[in-house]
Amino acid sequence: MVNKQGQTRLSKYFEHVEIHKRTSLEADVIKSCLSRTKGECSFVEYKDFKLVYRQYAALFIVIGVDEAENELAVYELVHNFVEVLDKYFSRVVTSQIMFNLDKVHIILDEMILNGHIVETNKSRILAPLLVIDKMAES
Amino acid sequence: MPAVSKGDGMRGLAVFISDIRNCKSKEAEIKRINKELANIRSKFKGDKALDGYSKKKYVCKLLFIFLLGHDIDFGHMEAVNLLSSNRYTEKQIGYLFISVLVNSNSELIRLINNGIKNDLASRNPTFMNLALHCIANVGSREMAEAFTADIPKILVAGDTMDSVKQSAALCLLRLNRTSPDLVPMGEWTSRVVHLLNDQHLGVVTAATSLITTLAQKNPEEFKTSVSLAVSRLSRIVTSASTDLQDYTYYFVPAPWLSVKLLRLLQCYPPPEEGAVRGRLTECLETILNKAQEPPKSKKVQHSNAKNAVLFEAISLIIHHDSEPNLLVRACNQLGQFLQHRETNLRYLALESMCTLASSEFSHEAVKTHIETVINALKTERDVSVRQRAVDLLYAMCDRSNAQQIVAEMLNYLETADYSIREEIVLKVAILAEKYAVDYTWYVDTILNLIRIAGDYVSEEVWYRVIQIVINRDDVQGYSAKTVFEALQAPACHENLVKVGGYILGEFGNLIAGDPRSSPLIQFNLLHSKFHLCSVPTRALLLSTYIKFVNLFPEIKATIQDVLRSDSQLRNADVELQQRAVEYLRLSCIASTDILATVLEEMPPFPERESSILTKLKKKKGPGKVPDMEETKKERNSDMNGSTEPVSVNSSAVTMSTPSSSTDLLGLGLAPVLNSVAPASAGGSLLVDVFSDNSPAVASLAPSAEENFSSPRIGSTDVVSDDPAAAVHDADELVNKFVCKNNGVLFENQLMQIGLKSEFRQNLGRMYIFYGNKTSTQFLSFSTAVICQDALKTQLNIQTKQVDPAVDGGAQVQQILNIECVSDFVEAPILNIQFRYGGALQNMSVKLPVTLNKFFQPTEMTSQDFFQRWKQLSIPQQEVQKIFKAKHPMDTEVTKAKIIGFGVALLDMVDPNPSNFTGAGVIHTKNIQVGCLLRLEPNTQAQMYRLTLRTSRETVSQRLCELLSEQF
Repeated sequence: MVNKQGQTRLSKYFEHVEIHKRTSLEADVIKSCLSRTKGECSFVEYKDFKLVYRQYAALFIVIGVDEAENELAVYELVHNFVEVLDKYFSRVVTSQIMFNLDKVHIILDEMILNGHIVETNKSRILAPLLVIDKMAES
Repeated sequence: MPAVSKGDGMRGLAVFISDIRNCKSKEAEIKRINKELANIRSKFKGDKALDGYSKKKYVCKLLFIFLLGHDIDFGHMEAVNLLSSNRYTEKQIGYLFISVLVNSNSELIRLINNGIKNDLASRNPTFMNLALHCIANVGSREMAEAFTADIPKILVAGDTMDSVKQSAALCLLRLNRTSPDLVPMGEWTSRVVHLLNDQHLGVVTAATSLITTLAQKNPEEFKTSVSLAVSRLSRIVTSASTDLQDYTYYFVPAPWLSVKLLRLLQCYPPPEEGAVRGRLTECLETILNKAQEPPKSKKVQHSNAKNAVLFEAISLIIHHDSEPNLLVRACNQLGQFLQHRETNLRYLALESMCTLASSEFSHEAVKTHIETVINALKTERDVSVRQRAVDLLYAMCDRSNAQQIVAEMLNYLETADYSIREEIVLKVAILAEKYAVDYTWYVDTILNLIRIAGDYVSEEVWYRVIQIVINRDDVQGYSAKTVFEALQAPACHENLVKVGGYILGEFGNLIAGDPRSSPLIQFNLLHSKFHLCSVPTRALLLSTYIKFVNLFPEIKATIQDVLRSDSQLRNADVELQQRAVEYLRLSCIASTDILATVLEEMPPFPERESSILTKLKKKKGPGKVPDMEETKKERNSDMNGSTEPVSVNSSAVTMSTPSSSTDLLGLGLAPVLNSVAPASAGGSLLVDVFSDNSPAVASLAPSAEENFSSPRIGSTDVVSDDPAAAVHDADELVNKFVCKNNGVLFENQLMQIGLKSEFRQNLGRMYIFYGNKTSTQFLSFSTAVICQDALKTQLNIQTKQVDPAVDGGAQVQQILNIECVSDFVEAPILNIQFRYGGALQNMSVKLPVTLNKFFQPTEMTSQDFFQRWKQLSIPQQEVQKIFKAKHPMDTEVTKAKIIGFGVALLDMVDPNPSNFTGAGVIHTKNIQVGCLLRLEPNTQAQMYRLTLRTSRETVSQRLCELLSEQF
């Protein structure tokens, strides 16, 4: 998840990448998406894999997938993720993601594990988080 | 929904984040971060125990710092301690820290494992999920060792909560990925397969991912998943969108699960069982049908989800490649998408269609979209879409549309993005070669490539065009003319200079007759480019110049002047200098004969896979060059390793290597160059076994095995049933000698028969050599020449009997005197009888005495030839035959054969230089028959047309038969 200035707002790796390589990889990936215009398609070939990206106002969500992945399914999964965030944060904005990195991580873990879909149903995704919130309130 | 406010629960975090955002420089940011790290560190080390809230706040700060790309080297221990907390929030934050920050080879793994173990055993589903997420995220080998036994149990246990099953499935998938050797297959596998039937779609989704990965490695073990996946898919596809409630996404029932099931099915061939297969076909048809229905929602999410399933279904149809009906429907569907306003769909349609093009069932259907695809190439604004269009054009190319596709690609190349130019160049070069019917088109195409995108034309491409021109003499003149014209451009690409230099050096003579491209003009044209070129190109041009010295002696002095100039002889580059020095000396000292040998035309290159294809494959990675690969597979053997093109200027290189420079001027060089010539070129035609006039059969050594069979005394006459007793009258033997007089006529285990003959007018003398290949004496050796039927009166053959004993390893000679009385068709038969080891051997062979042996060549002018040709215009006098070439169509070999046939080869008689004409007179005792012949090769069709005109029908007939067997 990256803003238009190219700053990473959330990153999740399903393969281990050294920390110092992450920054340059992210910068590179972002560059190849930011440079594209609206009319261009949402899939970019990048080295051995494909980037699927979707833009929400000033925020870009970019996912790297391998050759075999279904691009449109991933593209809609991004939207599903955003809708889940929207539901939880009641209209999500970037700063909420930054202030609640822990929660966003929980949501992500409930949706995607090891690069594969765990759950797509919004209520079930949010269930554990609501448990935590309830505990925090009490 | 709880109102989650902007982190006011954590003011410190908010302040820190906005501080960072306000940092003006990287340095300021680092400073701020270091300050914060010091703060957190002191808090962690402090005596005061932190409460849960503070711990959480600090971990969040660390996560943020980590996200910015700064390594975190503390806090791990604190996180591990959090795992043992009983409070869910604390435990959760501990796991989160570990999942994000701990890599799989941390020393803390053992401690972490401990925490995980406790939570897995807790039977609290929330705790278990946290633990499983952690394993799935970290997935280290130590974790695999610790938990591979437990996780399958959790996965298939009846009382496990659904959400835990989901996590367990993906956890197992992770362990299988990192440590496949540790994940045992076992009884749980069949139960995992049955998760496809689970009521809960979330469980099915996770299980499908796991099964797909496992099935890719052990297809046999998970075979039963096919029918389950089909029935699950069928239930989803046919359900009303409301049935699946929570798993319906914008009116599309369980799109992600459908995609996963379709992907799982792509691990297997089409189901064998009829019912399953039928049900699957039904599903796929339903999915295709739905694409045509009006959308249930205008939202893009609806159509995206629907199309995600549709594209995966099409992938499966292509993967199965067995239902022509579905394939064509898929192609039509993609065809619709090609014109869709959504760029994403156009992109994906082009991509899918590319794989569809390689199926024999849908190749034709794909081809119908050619105009749309070409249009995409011209109008798409997105380079990645255009790239897909190029790929698709390449994949759909075949003989029928190659010219159009290549033209469009060339067109596009003029404006193509730099990033994909090289690839397009390679593709054009491959298509042009593969589908060239007319090689002038090929040459034009490659020259165009160089003109349009010279910088992107790699060595492989221009090497290849030279190989092809050298190997195909029908295109050499055209190539010389075309490069000459192309070089006229004031600014031409260096690659064109290379190709031009090489081709003119080899074939410049073919256009030198035209005063507009006289030798001097050719030379000046090339030399005008010389100074603008790089060293390798100049080196090549120097070789061209020395080749010109041979081709065009009239400009030798001019070239020598150039070579002699200081800029060459004293060039700073050692390679150029050496070439100049050596070529100059060579041109001064060597006689024209030696020059002609040294600088002979390059021999044909051995046929091999185009190195361009290899290059494209390398560029695209394996499996991305669809169509061509199959067709080349048979020739796979020399695909690897030998793909380097033959060094195109090998002659120049040979000459310039220091080691050979000493004997450069001697004759020693000639054999080096000649050795390049392919051994096959001459074939057996000119091989003369008797060339040294000594009996060739002397080389026949007695073979050891024969020693065992000593003559058995007392065994009476037994006529051997050895097949050798049959008449070796196959016309092949005769045909072999039509154009030559010497050679081995017959050979078996026992003997070899060699021939040497000479003919003059109507008389001939034939020497027959009988060689005993065994170590045992032949006894009662006798021979007879038999002229059957009409031949008795047509040929008169006299001979003396040979000695009846032929020693082991020895050879005897017999002389036949032959007189041709009148023209004849049949060949005389040579019968040989002898005893070997008590058995009577009897064999017969046809003697190659053929009518053409009595030819006397007649030289005549073009005018005479055609005058006589017209005189022999009665239909019976002409015999014509059109036949397919049995041997490579080599001009020189053909010439040699015609001369060997006995006629005079008439140069410059036929207006078409590639035709051959000949004239001669057949001498018989009774009459003489004048004879004209004309041979018209068609290299494209690999056919010949042979026409013979003589005053006697039988002679025309026979000569035509004989000669037509020779090519």
